[in-house]
This record gives sequence, structure tokens and C-alpha cells, in this order.
Amino acid sequence: MSEIAVVARPQAPSTGRFLRRALRKPLGVISAAYLVLLTLACVLAPLIAPYAPLDEDLTHVQGGPSGAHLLGTDELGRDVVSRLLYGGQLTLLGVVECVAVLLIISLPVGLAAGYLGGWVDRAVSAAVDLLLSVPGIIVVLAVLAVFGSSMTAAMVTFGVLGSAGVIRVVRSAVLSVREELYVAAARVSGVTEPRIVVRHILPRIAGPVIVQASLFAAIALAIQTGLSFLSLGVAPPAPSWGGMVGEAASLIDQDGWLLVPSGGIIALTILAFGLMGDAVRDATVEGWSARSAPAIRTVRRPASPTSTPASVPIPAGPEPGDDAVLTVRDLSVSFDAQDGPVTVVDRVSFTLGAGEVLGIVGESGCGKSVTALSLLQLLPPNGRISGGRVLLGDQDLTAMSERQIANLRGNAMAMVFQEPTVSLDPSFLVGAQVAEVVRRHDRVSRAAARRRVLELFEQVRLPDPAGTARRYPHELSGGMAQRVCLALALAGRPSVLIADEPTTALDVTVQAEILGLLRQLRDETEMSIILVTHDWGVVADICDRALVMYAGQVVEQAQVGALFREPRHPYTLGLQDCNPQRWTGDGDLPVIPGTVLPPASWPTSCRFRVRCRFAESDCGLTPIPLEHSTGEHGADDREVRCIHWHEVAPARSA
Amino acid sequence: MRTLIIRRIATAIPLIVAVTGVTFVLESLVPGNTARAIVGASGSPAAYQRLRAELGLNNPLWDQYWQYINQLVHGNLGTSVFTGEPVSTLLNQRLPVTLSLVLLATAFCAVVGVLLGVISAVRGGIVGRAVEILSLVGLALPGFWVAIILAAVFAVTLRIFPATGYVPPSASVSRWLWALTLPVIALGLAGVASVAKQTRDSMKDTLAREYIRTLRASGIGRRSIIWKHALRNGAIPVVTVLGLVFVSALSSTVFVEAVFVLPGLGSMAVTATSQHDIPVIEGIALYFTVLVVIVNVLLDIVYGMLNPKVRRS
Repeated sequence: MSEIAVVARPQAPSTGRFLRRALRKPLGVISAAYLVLLTLACVLAPLIAPYAPLDEDLTHVQGGPSGAHLLGTDELGRDVVSRLLYGGQLTLLGVVECVAVLLIISLPVGLAAGYLGGWVDRAVSAAVDLLLSVPGIIVVLAVLAVFGSSMTAAMVTFGVLGSAGVIRVVRSAVLSVREELYVAAARVSGVTEPRIVVRHILPRIAGPVIVQASLFAAIALAIQTGLSFLSLGVAPPAPSWGGMVGEAASLIDQDGWLLVPSGGIIALTILAFGLMGDAVRDATVEGWSARSAPAIRTVRRPASPTSTPASVPIPAGPEPGDDAVLTVRDLSVSFDAQDGPVTVVDRVSFTLGAGEVLGIVGESGCGKSVTALSLLQLLPPNGRISGGRVLLGDQDLTAMSERQIANLRGNAMAMVFQEPTVSLDPSFLVGAQVAEVVRRHDRVSRAAARRRVLELFEQVRLPDPAGTARRYPHELSGGMAQRVCLALALAGRPSVLIADEPTTALDVTVQAEILGLLRQLRDETEMSIILVTHDWGVVADICDRALVMYAGQVVEQAQVGALFREPRHPYTLGLQDCNPQRWTGDGDLPVIPGTVLPPASWPTSCRFRVRCRFAESDCGLTPIPLEHSTGEHGADDREVRCIHWHEVAPARSA
Repeated sequence: MRTLIIRRIATAIPLIVAVTGVTFVLESLVPGNTARAIVGASGSPAAYQRLRAELGLNNPLWDQYWQYINQLVHGNLGTSVFTGEPVSTLLNQRLPVTLSLVLLATAFCAVVGVLLGVISAVRGGIVGRAVEILSLVGLALPGFWVAIILAAVFAVTLRIFPATGYVPPSASVSRWLWALTLPVIALGLAGVASVAKQTRDSMKDTLAREYIRTLRASGIGRRSIIWKHALRNGAIPVVTVLGLVFVSALSSTVFVEAVFVLPGLGSMAVTATSQHDIPVIEGIALYFTVLVVIVNVLLDIVYGMLNPKVRRS
């Protein structure tokens, strides 16, 4: 017994578990029960069928359903129920033959390909590819032509042809299981290979195999009945389901009833095989993904966001100033989770002046990006603005329809994102993408749009504007892609640019270039910028003012200079202390202990308390308001959400 | 891109060898072979032996196969045991019917399936449920039965469409379409559902991508985002499904052509099977295989057109 086997002693998932889970699906259970009953009824046809399948009663020709003939009689007065039961014997036998051949071939071959790998795998894959391109039905017909009318030969052939698809499934299932810990552990501890296959691999791939067998049974049934419908493989007057459809079809202009029982039993049985396969598949998938199931459900977003006032009275936010381009008041955002809505942004207020650069700073999970996305109402489907207002000039964005908002996007407010290379449509030339946005805002000719694209590319300092326009996103570096994204954002001449971590995904040198570009653009265009970042270097470099967010709330807001000189919230102080650029190199890089809690567990009192070194008992009693605190330049230019802020600033120098 | 297509065509060669080989071996293995079929059950053993020698059936198998392949390369698929006509002539007469049917069915699936898929991805709701139900129905109802019901309702009862027969498009395009409407629906019903499902899944996936958010943030309208950007990016798996739809429609012509009495390859395969006309069956197997190969090559070209990463490398 080796160490690995001792350390990693993972449990092999049992076969029985997902079968039990499959049986919990009502449709799966009904289907399985139907198939069992049907099989029994057909096997026992000689005992339970009311008539012999060939008994003719020419006095009751094409009689509809009656007490004596539950499903009526056909054109020779033969009982439909009896013929269905006897006919089912041949049909179901064909399905069983087909699926048996399928499994006999695909299980060993698929196992060998997946488990042994190497040339075996390559040879099998080549053969599978070949077999998958063969028009199966014609080969089956060829076999029927040669072997007289042997349905068995036809179904066996179809099973052989169908095995290609199942081999592929078995192979990939084996591949995924082979490397798992419990198999590796078994191998290391000296279990023989055949035993590993039987004990550990077979149970695990049973799910996908049952699914495939079940779905293939549905196809086999369709083929079997189709062939007997064409009178191939079964000779009338022997009863068969397909043959009964054929007989009914010839009477179509007299009476349609006979099509119903014959077609109905075929459809029901195919459906039962299909649904049983689906149920087993769902059960298998659940078994594998039960732990990683997402906690947040997708819920449809209501047509217009509700802007109900927040329930707790809060101090009024800043009034829109004369030069305010954007005023955000008490903005709250919530997401629908399994246990109801969870508020992830809680009454955020700020104003943005013309040409001002405002930073929003905080750790991941504090609501910075969600705040930014909600301004343009670009939240994911399960998120919505649950309160507050976003005023652009004097227009209230939260009261607008989706169409009105769409008209503001790009020209009043535009946005650039963190990952430039995935933020561009991979299927279109970047020039064409920017041109589409230009034409959306400017309504100019294609040629004029092309010229404007080149101007924009020059504006964002792309070295070769014409060449870049003819490239696809995957042919650009990260820095170039971010410049294209900026060009896209500038195309509508926005008055506000929201940049969500625009440099985080880029190399350090490129980061500096993009920041420099943002500063230049601000100077050239008088555009206001909201910059979401976790990087104090970026804040110091470009922002005029910054908003520090923690757990969905603004905890501090001040001019950047004041914020660095005299942080007043313990969180601001903590963040600045663990900024590597400020670190002197003595001892460990300081960190704030703990992490941001998930939104559902945020307390009503101070949310930072559990991580705060200034915390006292009074911090946990009531909600802490965001209060104006007097700054060095006057009364209202900074805010802090801490009742002990007076103790924080002195701690910096200490 | 070009090498990709060449490679595709090259892989078709073993496929054609395999398919012809399988049908060929079947033919020679079995008592009901060509000589017996021609002489008939009542023919004298002497006549049978003479014919065997004449047809080269006494030569070693690989030799016979070599002969067959040789003939094949020269466009000679043998003669029908039943009518004595060259197989290639028979098949070429019937190919347009089957091609019309299968191409129209694929187009029908593409248009209706993509439409339903996009709507159910964007709106969900009733259309989404309809797609679910349609895919169950499409799976459950055998094509030949759907064909009969369609014929019963729309041709026999309502008399809107003809129940049987084929009109070549050279005679009248509208009557050609008219005659093929019901068979195309019968062939395409299952395919519509699978195209719709694939379109929905792949649209949902693309609509959640970051570039869609960028486009929305830039003010691009909903219509362009859905029909231009999301559909274009979600199209590749849909095209794959359309290829499968083509192949399965091709197979289903065997049943559907029989119901609507269309003079295509599918109904010919059925007749040839019951007449043990092996050369004809072999010919049809070859034609079908070649059609599948052509579709695969076309798919590769379409992939390249849809995916700039493939095209530019």
C-alpha cells in the first residue's frame, strides 16, 4: 500500500446511486414501467391476447373500438389488440437484438480504446469515423436484399453500424474516469487491470452507456417498424407494428382510425425509450455536478427596474451640483438567489463633475463592478436595480425603458471592460465592429464611417490604424485590443466613460500606456471618467477623487490627496497599507485578515467589524451611517462610514 | 483551409472503399447472389454455372472486387439484375428527386429551426416550451407515420397538396415545391427540433459572452446583437447539426419516398431490396456515401467561413 493510496482514498461513485436518482424522475419511472408492462404483455400474448393474430371475422370488418374488440378490427376483421401484442414480439425482439449487438461490440472496443490508448485508440477512432459516415439504412437494405427477408440480420447489422457512436461515448467516459484519483489509487495499490476495469471503470461509465443504449433502442424501434412498414423483413399476414401502419395507410381514404393504435404504440414506445434515456442522463449529470451547482438561479428580469425607496431612512446624498454630469443617489442593486433577492450594492451615492476622474476602489466582491454595470443597466439577467436613482444631467436613467437606455449607451455613457481580448466579437474585423458603432451613433455612409474609424484609431494611438482595422480580435495583443475597445467606447463621443479595471489584465508596461492614454483622452475631450480598480497606484496616478467600497457600501469618499494623506476609514487604511508600492520591504507585506463575506451574510451593523483592528463593542450595535466629516478644504468634501474614524488617521503615523 | 478540404476529400477514399467493400462482400457471401437472381429459382444448375463463369463469380474474391473497383472508376456501376439497364443511368434519373427532397428538408430545418431556436433563447416562454414538445414529438413519431398522417389530412381530406407524384422543377417550380411540401415536412420534423434546440443552447451561450456586453454598452441595438453577432458566433454547432440533419433526411427518404410514391433513390432502394437487385443497392450505397462526403466537405468550408481563426491559419 503506497502513500498515495492512503492519502487519496476517494470513494468511487456507485452505479446504484444514479439509478436510484433516475427512478426519482416521474417521467423516467413511467417510461420504464410502460416498457416492462409492454414487454410482459407481448411475451405473454398467447395467454392474454383475446384472439389469435390471424383470426379473421369478415362480419366485423374495420369495426371501431367496442367491448369485444377494444381497439377495433382491421380490414379482414382481425382484432387490433391481439395483433399489436403478437406484432410487438417481433418488434421488441428486433430492438433487443440490435441493442445487444451494439453493447457487445461497443463496450469492449470503447473500453480498450479509452483504457489502452496509443495505437489501439487511433485505430478505433479511425474506424469509428469511417462507420459514422456510412449511410446505415442503405447498408441494412443491402443486407436484407442479400439475406432474403431476415429481420434479425437487418437488426444485427444496424446494431453493428450504431456501435460507432457508442464506442465514442464509452471511450471518452473511460478517458475521464481513468485519470481520477480513486482509479489511480487502485492502480498504485496493485489491483490488476481487469479488476480495475470491472470494479472501478464499468460502474462509472454505466450511466452514459445506459443513456446511449436507451436512445439507440428508440432509433432501432423506428427502423424496425419502418422496415416492416415497407414489408421488408416481415412477410404479411404475420402481424407487425409497422406492417399494421402500412395496412392502415392503404385504407386511408375510408377510415383513419386504424392508424391511431398502430402509430400510437410505436410513438409511445419510442418516446418511452427516449424519456428513459433522458432521465438516466439527467440523473447522471446531477450526480456529477451536484456539488458544483451554482447557488444563483437565473431569473427573468422584470421589464423595468423598480425604484422603490430604501426602507431605512438614510442621510440625503449629495445634491446635483451645477457641474455634475452624473449624479447617483442611494443606488441599490440586488441579485436573485435561491433564497430570494440579495442586495449586493447598498445605497451608493456620488456625483461626477465634468472632466472629473472618479475612482471606485475595493477588494473583489465589494460591489465595485456591479455598481459600474448598473449605471448603464448592463447587469446580468438575475440582477436588477432595486432602489435609488441614476441621474445623467437631469434625466433619470432608472425610470427609462430598455429602449431609451439603449439609446444613451455609447453616446452619453460608454464603458470599457477588464478583458479586452474577449470584449471584442471574434467573428468580425475590428474595423467593422467599430464602424458599426460609429454608424449607430452618427448615421453616416459606410465610407465616412470607415474614415471615422481610422480617426478613432489614431485618437487611441494605435500605431497602424488601417492595418489594425483589417484584423480580427485574436490577431491583436491585449494592449492593442484595449485601445480598440477604447475607440469603440469613444465612437459615440460619450460624456462619461466607465472603465472597469481597464488595465488589470494587461502587462505592467502596457498598463501605464493605457492609463496615460486615458489621461490624454480626458484632457482632449473633457470626458468624465469612472475608474473601477483595486490598484491604489492607478488611483494615485489618474483619479481626482475616490470612493472606497466595502461589502456593497461606500465606506469612504474623498479627494485623492486627502485620502492618501489621511485615510479615515480603517478599511481604506488597511488597503493602503497592503499596497505593495508602499511597502518598505521590512517584514511581511501587511494584509487585512479575513475575506469579504458573501452578500447574504452581511450584518446590519458595521460590515468591516470582524476584520477591523479598531473595532469596539459599539460597532456591532446599529447600522453605521455614512457621515460628512470635515476635511481640510471645508465642510462637505469627504465622507466616512466609521464611528471611530478619529482614531484611524493617527494610527497611520504610528 | 485548402489543406483541410483536401484532407477531408482524402479521408473519403477509405470510406468509399469500405462501403463498396462491405456491400461487395455481402453480395458474394450469400446464396441469393446475382447469378441465382438472374437465372431464377427454377433455372437449371448448368445455366447457373455458365452464368457464374460469365460474370466472373468463380474468380477469387479480391479479383472480383478489383474488377468492380476498376469498373467503378470508369463510371460503370454494373447493370440492374431486374431491368438490365445500367445502374448509373437508373440512379442518375432518380438522383434529382432525392436531392430536391433532402436539400429542401435541410433548408426547411435551417430556417424554421434557427427561427424557433433564436426566439426561445431570447424570449423563452411559450416558444421555448413548444420547442421542447416538438423535440419530443419529433423524436417519438416515426417519419413514415408522420408522412401518412400528413397525406391523410392535407392531401386526402383537405385536398390542399397532392398525395403522390413528383414534378421536376424544369417543368414548373411552383408545382415542384407543391408536390414536395408534405414530404419535406415529414422528413424535416425531427430535424427542426434538433436544430432549434442546438440554436437555443448555443445562442444562450453566446449571449452571455463579454463581447455581447461590450456591444450593448456601445449602444448597438438588440436586433443586430441577436441576429448578427450572437447568431454568427453561435452558428458553428448549428451548422454541425444541419449536416447531421442532412444525413438523417437522406436515410429517411427510404421511408418517405415510399409513402408519397416519389421516384427517388430511397424508393428505388426499397424496390431493389425486395427484388434482390444487388448492383442497384450497391450503387445507391455508393451515391449516398458520396453525398455524405460532399456534405462533410461543404461543412468544413462553412466552418472556415464562420470562424476567422480557421480561415486565417
